[in-house]
Amino acid sequence: MSAPLNLPAPAPLMSRRGWGAFLVALIIVCMLAPLLNLVVPESSVFHLSDFAVSLIGKIMCYAICALAMDLIWGYTGILSLGHGLFFALGGYAMGMYLMRQIGLDGNYKSGLPDFMVFLDLKELPWHWLGSASFAFQMAMVVMAPGLLALVFGFFAFRSRIKGVYFSIITQALTFAAMLLFFRNETGFGGNNGFTDFKRILDIPIAQPSTRMVLFVLTGLTLLGFYLFSRWLVQSKFGRVLQAIRDAESRVMFSGYNPVAYKLTIWVISAVMCGIAGALYVPQVGIINPGEMSPANSIEMAIWTAVGGRATLIGPIVGAFAVNGAKSWFTVAFPEYWLYFLGAMFIAVTLFLPQGIVGLTRTIMRKLSAHKQGSQNGAKHDA
Amino acid sequence: MTPDLMEQGARRLHALNAPAAAGATESGGRQAGFSRIAKAGEVDTTHGRILYLEEVSVSFDGFKAINNLSLDIAPGELRCIIGPNGAGKTTMMDIITGKTRPNSGTVFFGSTIDLLRYNEFEIAQMGIGRKFQKPTVFEQLSVFENLELALKTSKAVKSAMFFKLDSAQQDRLAQVLHTIHLASSTRLMAGNLSHGQKQWLEIGMLLMQDPKLLLLDEPVAGMTDEETVRTAELFISLKKHHSLIVVEHDMSFIERISEKVTVLHEGAVLAEGTLAQVQNNEKVIEVYLGR
Repeated sequence: MSAPLNLPAPAPLMSRRGWGAFLVALIIVCMLAPLLNLVVPESSVFHLSDFAVSLIGKIMCYAICALAMDLIWGYTGILSLGHGLFFALGGYAMGMYLMRQIGLDGNYKSGLPDFMVFLDLKELPWHWLGSASFAFQMAMVVMAPGLLALVFGFFAFRSRIKGVYFSIITQALTFAAMLLFFRNETGFGGNNGFTDFKRILDIPIAQPSTRMVLFVLTGLTLLGFYLFSRWLVQSKFGRVLQAIRDAESRVMFSGYNPVAYKLTIWVISAVMCGIAGALYVPQVGIINPGEMSPANSIEMAIWTAVGGRATLIGPIVGAFAVNGAKSWFTVAFPEYWLYFLGAMFIAVTLFLPQGIVGLTRTIMRKLSAHKQGSQNGAKHDA
Repeated sequence: MTPDLMEQGARRLHALNAPAAAGATESGGRQAGFSRIAKAGEVDTTHGRILYLEEVSVSFDGFKAINNLSLDIAPGELRCIIGPNGAGKTTMMDIITGKTRPNSGTVFFGSTIDLLRYNEFEIAQMGIGRKFQKPTVFEQLSVFENLELALKTSKAVKSAMFFKLDSAQQDRLAQVLHTIHLASSTRLMAGNLSHGQKQWLEIGMLLMQDPKLLLLDEPVAGMTDEETVRTAELFISLKKHHSLIVVEHDMSFIERISEKVTVLHEGAVLAEGTLAQVQNNEKVIEVYLGR
């Protein structure tokens, strides 16, 4: 009875232009950056300094967090103010391995990490037993944030905790974890955390080629997660997430269990943050409980909002924009950075609800409309 | 009673009166309890009822929203429910769909499924669809995507990740798009639709779910006269294969669609019958007009 109807075809993963941009990013990360840093001599203007490599590497880790925030906040409408915790847990899991890699080269020339000698421990605590194995600690990078997110999310979502209450609880969670990690008895180095790393996989960690490998790895992870996130949000799963954001009761009365969906994306998001943390620690060379401070988690939300929520590319842009500004601002006006950050957040909330990406899209649309208009006008004149 | 039910009844009567075959039991060879095996999750309507509410009561902070309410609905029936504000119409729907738990009473879907043991999404999967009083659609998704999400299929996370519309589902989607007169706006964001169109989209989403029982809370509120007429036609065409419960204030709409009307008052059934019957019922007049 029904006439054939042109139903919209499923959208491709990315447009041709999108794939083009993706390829350019891939070339920059994998070829251009190593070339400019390692091959081009330092005297050349094209040389990429070690400082720039470590800064960009660090920001790429932040961008992964922003991407993770976008999945849970931008698409599902759940504002987490505790993602810094997952980031730090991934970082600590990596840090434990790096501490064991120091071996006998620590200050105390002991097989135990320095802080344990300092605390007068005679043998490794139970939770350090697997830490010498790279594979085990890499599994922990995924498992620690993943399991915590699973348990916390299960109870929170099942109890239908929503909106600002959820945000506050996540904030409290990361704060509580910070206090816990500050204690020496917890066995993670107290307020000093882990630092003074020497090697990773028995390769000296500070040498330029190791740093470059870490940089490339981070870039590839970011690009990989971007593709994965795109695939997620373009699937029906992604549309259910957006539906939960818009009208959760209708989702439920359509037969979906929102708890399962929220929990899935929540755990995915937490694991992404954990992996970002694991990539961050060897590049920065330190991890301490300060990474769990509430301000860090809030900053992640700011990167996402500044770049543009529910756009995927926006949060990456936002992470680069805000952290780029930060690295310049904290040098030029170190006292005023936090004021500036706050002002930026307020300005974006008030004037750019769609963030930088939303603004760019609006301008592009207006420009093309204007162009068409003027072309039509020209035709009329002729 | 629908002709279908009359026929069923006649068959049963015939079986009862048939002479017992040699060696048959006293029940006339009909083996009670063995004639049909109840299957888990299947809605058993062999007793001629798809929904039973029995002596259901619920109170909020001492206020009795539903007070000893009993009501049943036949398969293929279109039941209209009217009543003044606060009569408990929406609360009744909340109870059926698992949103509110009653303090006492039983609610059965078919003869075997105890609805009080399930939650909202499980009840929806079993085949009870609900339209809210205020149209609720996914505003940031297109009309097409709204319908696609409502489609009756596996609602598990994993199958949603790898979901692709097959051609039968595409046909179904196209058919529903025609039915709800939104075929020309498939790509439009649902948030940009008019109020009446949103109502239609929500009804369309119910159709995609293909429920056995539809609960419709004020489906024509905010619709133009023409849209109201079309909605009435749609509901009448639906009732052959679905059961419908319609809560509405618009009497002309009810007149158009109703066969049986139930009047709720203070959480209980006040009167039941055709629209003309209940309109002439003195108790109903009293409640609506005051003494």
